Amino acid sequence: MKKQYLALIILGGFLLATGFINRNDYYFNVLNILILNGLVVIGLSLLMGYAGQVSLGHAAFYGLGAYTSGILTAKYGLSPLAALLAAQGVTLIAALLIGIPALRLKGHYLAMATLGFGIIVYVVFKELISLTGGPSGLVGIPPLQVAGFTFLESKQYYFLFVGVLLVSLLLALHLAHSPFGRALLALHDSEAATMALGYDTGRLKLIVFLLSAALAGLAGSLYAHFAMFISPMSFTFIHSVKFVTMVVVGGVASLWGALLGAVVLSLLPEVLTVFEDYDVLIFGTILVVIMIFLPEGLFKGLGNLFLKHKKT
Amino acid sequence: MEEILQYLFSGLTSGAIYALIALGFTIIYNATEVINFAQGEFVMLGAMLTATFCGLNLPLPLAFALAILITALAGILIERLAIYPARKASPITLIIITIGLSILIKGLAMFIWGKDPLPVPAFVGERPISVLGATIVPQSILVLATALIAVLTLEAFFKKTLTGKAMRACAANRLAARLLGIKVEPLVLLAFALSAAISALAGVIISPITFATYDMGTMLGLKGFSAAVLGGLTSSTGAVLGGFILGILEALAAGFLSSAYKDAAAFIILILMLFVKPEGLFGTKEAKKL
Amino acid sequence: MKKWFLILSVGLFLLASASVWAGEPYRIGGLFSITGPTSFIGEPERNTLVMLVDEINKAGGINGHPIEVIIYDTEGEETNAVKKITKLIVHDKVLAVIGPSRTGTTLAVIPFVERYKVPLISCAAGIKIVEPVKPWVFKTAQSDRLAVKKIYSYCQKHGFKKIAIITVSNGFGQSGREQLKALAPQYGIEIVADELFGPKDVDMTAQLTKIRAKNPDAVVCWGTNPGPAIVAKNMKQLGMKQQLFMSHGVASKKFIALAGEAAEGIILPAGKILVADQLPDDDPQKKLLLDYIAKYKARYGEEPSAFGGHAYDAMLLLKHALAKAGADRAKIRQALENARGIVGIHGIFNMSPKDHNGLDEKTAFVLVRIENGDWKLIK
Repeated sequence: MKKQYLALIILGGFLLATGFINRNDYYFNVLNILILNGLVVIGLSLLMGYAGQVSLGHAAFYGLGAYTSGILTAKYGLSPLAALLAAQGVTLIAALLIGIPALRLKGHYLAMATLGFGIIVYVVFKELISLTGGPSGLVGIPPLQVAGFTFLESKQYYFLFVGVLLVSLLLALHLAHSPFGRALLALHDSEAATMALGYDTGRLKLIVFLLSAALAGLAGSLYAHFAMFISPMSFTFIHSVKFVTMVVVGGVASLWGALLGAVVLSLLPEVLTVFEDYDVLIFGTILVVIMIFLPEGLFKGLGNLFLKHKKT
Repeated sequence: MEEILQYLFSGLTSGAIYALIALGFTIIYNATEVINFAQGEFVMLGAMLTATFCGLNLPLPLAFALAILITALAGILIERLAIYPARKASPITLIIITIGLSILIKGLAMFIWGKDPLPVPAFVGERPISVLGATIVPQSILVLATALIAVLTLEAFFKKTLTGKAMRACAANRLAARLLGIKVEPLVLLAFALSAAISALAGVIISPITFATYDMGTMLGLKGFSAAVLGGLTSSTGAVLGGFILGILEALAAGFLSSAYKDAAAFIILILMLFVKPEGLFGTKEAKKL
Repeated sequence: MKKWFLILSVGLFLLASASVWAGEPYRIGGLFSITGPTSFIGEPERNTLVMLVDEINKAGGINGHPIEVIIYDTEGEETNAVKKITKLIVHDKVLAVIGPSRTGTTLAVIPFVERYKVPLISCAAGIKIVEPVKPWVFKTAQSDRLAVKKIYSYCQKHGFKKIAIITVSNGFGQSGREQLKALAPQYGIEIVADELFGPKDVDMTAQLTKIRAKNPDAVVCWGTNPGPAIVAKNMKQLGMKQQLFMSHGVASKKFIALAGEAAEGIILPAGKILVADQLPDDDPQKKLLLDYIAKYKARYGEEPSAFGGHAYDAMLLLKHALAKAGADRAKIRQALENARGIVGIHGIFNMSPKDHNGLDEKTAFVLVRIENGDWKLIK
């Protein structure tokens, strides 16, 4: 765990230094989106890597957070902080509704159920026009305001997001390395064995699922205030798949790996714009190649390569 | 009454397409435990190639055969280049590989065929046929007939031929199949070719109705996947019924509830079905592995 | 980075070595959905802008200043559009931005152009972009309201009172649906059925069966390819004889190719570009239209679509503003707002502090009927 703290401090230092050095709002915006992806991915990594469950509907939780925050502030004039808390409530209730029945089943039924859930939520975003603004989106979301301070610039959001990310990561690391986390890992390997050790596996899985949904909802709320405009296009099935892809490309087995995946897959499209219209082809190829040659993800794969190199 | 019949016709047409795609999913899933997210792209390739060959004024049967053959080759290529090298990886890694492939194929199609939908002429006449007050176009009947023939042929292949039986054995228990002297690798390759071909067939027969667009595969793949899940993911009969059920549910939801919420309605029922009968309509209960 | 910028810069460099530029280049940005589901909108816009800028530079630039254009792809997605708009404004320091292509992406970038105070000329149609008026935001695409007015006037003249609408469930369809519902009472029209279809749906007979049961006088379908072509075919299948109206979203030859026989007799509002050769010779837009069509065909080997025209008009307005204002964002905004009588592809623009679109239904749309696989201007 000490090593983890050290890594966390290094990451925090690096992010803060970046924030102070950088003067370009474009980079801040790219990093802001990256950090929000990172938040979702931390939760998803706990769910996938530790509880061995896949969710194909996390964009829906992200969207529920964003839309609840957006609607309550833009249409009902609630303060952003109160709306954010309400959004957490909505996300958790939705996660409970889908998680309780789905997690009782064996196999990958959570993946199937969340897939369907994601599509239903997307349809609701699109069709509940009087509330959500429909396919053309929800306008008029105010910027975030906390204790009288209004976040206006990308740089201010950046420091806020970094803070939220570090705290979430700290909590997630704690969880992963606690007896609870070890129970989860055991769950990943053998559900029956974990049950035999006296754990209520159903509850373990449900707690992690709720946690990951809450993190996605939180990221969504923050996104709504940062972008001040949301539309259903940002919360599609494709986005859910993108989150899962980030976790797997980085490495299912660790939180750091998942974060690395978020970094790589968020930055790659920005870098690839150099290739103009060909960027999709290159993106697809890179994804396939990484997975063929580093099937356990970038984090572990690169680590192994590094170790090998050191030995020779 | 006419209306219900009309909704049924509409649902059967979409359902037949979903059924064929769902079959493609189950074939690959049975062989490799991989959910192939590039399945929809096979459908797109089938449709696009049909549009191209029809544009070249090739005789229709030749155009169809070529479209299906080339897509099957693409399936083989994909297995050799991307799935086989990673065969030892976990299913989720393989699934992400298929996602990457899907992005890649879609991108290539965009470059080859452009971004606009391509027209495909109707294979049979366009004069609608009236049945008990409801109408159906000949192309829809063709879609239904083709889907049924394809399903029956596949069923016969799996039940009657040695290769088909070997594939089923492999799906049931790969290790045991190996011990019995069944070579697994060529069967996996065959599964990809077969799966690609049947999805391409779906693309071919649907192209005059929906036209051919480079990004048509994603949505169709998603619907096909849902149908496959509904059917239990391992059973081909289940996949076919799953496809028809999904198609008919959508049409009925659009007709009787609200066309705005038809997709949601179909998926709510899908989820409820999963909760009530988790192994799918025709899935077999998984043996517990310790 | 979409290196059109690079290509253009190299071109500029060659040009510059031949003729000496009097001034610093004016750097502008373009933001289009070049890939993704709405790429059919973004691509012709990108092509048109690149072509037009080349043309302006060859003709000596604006007051001796060459134009340098940097174009990024939004993939039609909001999050991406937000990143790219800041890149254009902060990183590339452009004077003004043309685009984005979609209403959604435009609404997404508006908070940012307002924050950084950069003029934006959107190529999207949604009325929310300019209503209420935002100081820094303009648009060239005709609002859907004008298209609906054209259709309803025709309905009124021909005694169609009961109308069924079937719209696609995306931003374009939603905007049309809202206007169709809002304007109906003014024309004494009753909407008897209001159905939707998904952009990738394969069969619309269920919705049309419902519509048929209501026995409307006419059907209005609002969407972009390929959905409306399926609607047209399905209507024929169901033996529905009502007059079918489409939106300007399908105003391209591709629609006729897709719908085939079923396209015959359909009436739709369209930009004049569709029937440029059928316009009377005294139409002030005719020469520009024919010129644009010829040049686009020569360069890209295909007919330009209506979407390209939106980018054309945006560049035309920006050229006018740059010539007046020079390299000053606030002055450019002012000049855009005061632009009057600008003859463009999709109408004659008369901007004002109250109207940041500046089009009226007289010049923005004509009604056309599809006859023998071609457009026929309804006079």
